[in-house]
Amino acid sequence: MSDKASGEGIGQPVRRKEDFRFITGNGHYTDDITRPRQTWAYFLRSPHAHARIRAIDTSQAEQAPGVVAIFTGKHVAADKLGGLICGWTVSSKDGTPMKVGPHPILALDTVRYVGDHVAMVVAETLADARAASELIDVDYEPLPATISLDTCQNGNAEQVHPEAPRNTCFEWELGNKPETEAAFAKASRIVKLDLKNNRLIPNAMEPRAALGEYDKGSGIYTLHTTSQNPHVARLVLSAFVGVAPEHKLRVIAPDVGGGFGSKIFIYAEETACVWAAAKVGRPIKWTGDRSEAFLSDAHGRDHLSHAELALDGNGKFLALRVKTIANLGAYLSTFSASVPTYLYGTLLSGQYDIPAIYVEVDGVYTHTAPVDAYRGAGRPEATYLVERMVETAARETGIDPAEIRRRNYIRTFPHQTPVIMNYDAGDYEASLDAAMKAIDYAGFPARKSEAARRGKLRGIGMSSYIEACGLAPSAAVGSLGAGVGLWESAEVRVNPTGNVEVLTGSHSHGQGHETTFAQLVASRLGIPMEQVEIVHGDTDKVQFGMGTYGSRSGAVGMSAIVKALDKVEAKAKKIAAHLMEAAVEDIVFENGTFTVQGTDKSLPWAQLALSAYTAHGFPSADIEPGLKEGAFYDPTNFTFPAGCHICEVEIDPDTGITRIEKFVAVDDFGTIVNPMIVEGQVHGGIAQGIGQALLEHGIYDAESGQLVTGSYMDYCMPRADDLPSFTLGFTKTVCPSNPLGMKGCGEAGAIASPPAIVNAITDALGIRDIEMPATPARVWSAIQAATPRAAAE
Amino acid sequence: MPVVAMTVNGKPASADVEARMLLVQFIREQLGLTGTHVGCDTSQCGACVVHVDGRAVKSCTMLATQAEGAEILTIEGLAPDGDLHPVQKAFREHHGLQCGFCTPGMIMTAVDMIRRKPDLDEETVREELEGNICRCTGYHNIVKAILAASQEMR
Ligand code: FES
Ligand code: FES
Repeated sequence: MSDKASGEGIGQPVRRKEDFRFITGNGHYTDDITRPRQTWAYFLRSPHAHARIRAIDTSQAEQAPGVVAIFTGKHVAADKLGGLICGWTVSSKDGTPMKVGPHPILALDTVRYVGDHVAMVVAETLADARAASELIDVDYEPLPATISLDTCQNGNAEQVHPEAPRNTCFEWELGNKPETEAAFAKASRIVKLDLKNNRLIPNAMEPRAALGEYDKGSGIYTLHTTSQNPHVARLVLSAFVGVAPEHKLRVIAPDVGGGFGSKIFIYAEETACVWAAAKVGRPIKWTGDRSEAFLSDAHGRDHLSHAELALDGNGKFLALRVKTIANLGAYLSTFSASVPTYLYGTLLSGQYDIPAIYVEVDGVYTHTAPVDAYRGAGRPEATYLVERMVETAARETGIDPAEIRRRNYIRTFPHQTPVIMNYDAGDYEASLDAAMKAIDYAGFPARKSEAARRGKLRGIGMSSYIEACGLAPSAAVGSLGAGVGLWESAEVRVNPTGNVEVLTGSHSHGQGHETTFAQLVASRLGIPMEQVEIVHGDTDKVQFGMGTYGSRSGAVGMSAIVKALDKVEAKAKKIAAHLMEAAVEDIVFENGTFTVQGTDKSLPWAQLALSAYTAHGFPSADIEPGLKEGAFYDPTNFTFPAGCHICEVEIDPDTGITRIEKFVAVDDFGTIVNPMIVEGQVHGGIAQGIGQALLEHGIYDAESGQLVTGSYMDYCMPRADDLPSFTLGFTKTVCPSNPLGMKGCGEAGAIASPPAIVNAITDALGIRDIEMPATPARVWSAIQAATPRAAAE
Repeated sequence: MPVVAMTVNGKPASADVEARMLLVQFIREQLGLTGTHVGCDTSQCGACVVHVDGRAVKSCTMLATQAEGAEILTIEGLAPDGDLHPVQKAFREHHGLQCGFCTPGMIMTAVDMIRRKPDLDEETVREELEGNICRCTGYHNIVKAILAASQEMR
């Protein structure tokens, strides 16, 4: 790997190739695509959290202006389409598999959350479709709804699915119960905390959209959709839903305006659009509006936990015991079962040497939108729990929060935790030290007294996080219940003129792959970046791919490219040896030139590329014409990005408003290809974490099951004036598990920041806990509750 | 159906439109200028910001017919073909965009902001961005880009 000192090489903040089209308004998002004879779909959604459908009368709506067709669950059933699936099977403690209720594309006889899909109206215009939907007469029998996590498992709670008694999908466990109990029995101190991880609504700025088409002549379906993983979408639509065989279904994810997990999943809308396109014989477009996104995009988080940490007399952690109830919503979404289990329980060791851990997770159904992966997926929930516990332990033992972390950090690698993960490399103290220095931790007491003189409450909080990224070794996830392998593929096509197309199964929806992947290829081949084109997001072009989530595109996607490049180089050397009449072993490839070692014979890249295609005089048994190689890369382990975030807040006791005065993030992502892009990922992650900690909360009315926070008027998105500028730093331990030494950076900010902020707020207020989001109202109430009346007056 | 006529990016544009058609729909669907985006249905996100007679306006808050006779500037018309406006350049230089969906609205807002307030500081930029939501960047680099562009354009 030639690490160029400057320019476009690995480690350089190269400006993005993709930017030009976005800053000039020339991006191509799904809704920007229009087809001749295109129709529009509008989905009639359930206004009830739970109801039986006695009848649906579409006769009047069918007569409305512009209506082309109306589809209900009956039509779907008549075509024998399958339902939507969960691709990860989790088993309960007793060995029984999770209890799965059917997830129909359009409701058959029951609706199970507000926003559930009842009918699809296809019309000449969106306005026509929407107007006609109002004429559909649905005879609902409203039923009681189960909304609250506290009571959903009670015997008398309304059942979401008859298949899952007590609304319990699984009762999962991980770790070693007897060892944990034994450690607790000899502990000198036990720290206990009840924690809530608030429900979030992802809100990528581009709403989900789909454009389904069917070509009668070839029998080929084409679906443009807002997807993070078009091949997985095609596989599910083909193998499980049965829309069309895989080779007759093309899925294209063009420019996608953010995902954060919510666009991994295969939803009802795109499924219905592509299926119905053949029925109506015309293209069908659907673009969700923001209200629909709030109702029907898969939500994130929503845990209720009780945690206990056992310590010895020196503040050393002995064991951790956790019971979590995780909301799955009304139906299992594509990966939902894996999120509160294998992406959560496995990270409960944090950065610490905890000899014994035992965690139980009940995955439960409620009459709310499905809950699935949202930026971090399980790992923010684990980090929040661990780092809140550690902070509380520090306060209860009187040990400084940094010191208690130091006493418990894992220091030798590889380290096998009691919860599956085998950490391969890290230096947690280096990140802690760098973060403490950057925020001037030592100067905090002076800043606190200065703030007190102004009548303000100042607090500081830290979070030492770890995550498992680079999802993931196929064998490992397979043994844990995944229905897919989590390798990645790449193909490097060298054209006769020497420029290169790289086809990747990763998908970029903001991450800048067109730049970072090109940096890798250009530096390896010694050609300018503009001669490298990254192709992704189209099942007709790219061989196969698992897509982008779990910070996997660098560690896994780029590793696949490295593997393909190795093969290209090997073949190119063979050709060079033939052309220069030398032995392959004597060919050296450097800076875009092939030379014969110890001679002045050389061949530039472009000439070799051309020769590969002219193929004149190739010994046909030895060298095939052409220069194109593919590779599939399956990682050997997860990667373990880790670091330390520290947040300093100032609270106005009169208003309860929390201002983040300073936010420092020091992360170890291993090798960094483009620091500018990595920093951008961290900024965005922190903003979403601050959103979770201070602003965002998906709330359903506990009785009616209506989504109370269903628009930007009620769901508080982080805005520019809610956030500070961030101070970032990096430490580096190279990841030994992939050829580039990369760990992944996409989720760190969202994982690390919420506990740092809540630790800072509770520090400022001198209280044990405050629920997220720590809104001004909650903070103000906490101040009132903590202040004896007489003293306040 | 009413006929509406306006100037968009320096060229005359007119069409028969339904009275309920929004300006953003006119721009995207009638004219095929898809650089202007729709990110919400409550006029909160700013993805749809264009300039109407030189001022930044959320084009989802206006009917097409209300723009009768107006000069509209969209992201596509901000700089002559092949060239970039200083704000566009600054967004690229400072990595002020990731998925790019909020970007056209951000840039159009920023151009108007810089015109109105030549002496921008970080706090003012953040306040002024209140009506533009970005989910990707955490605003850090957007703020940096706008401050840099305002320096450049001074
Ligand atoms: S689309 Fe106009 S403000 Fe959101
Ligand atoms: S860059 Fe994606 S929403 Fe702003």
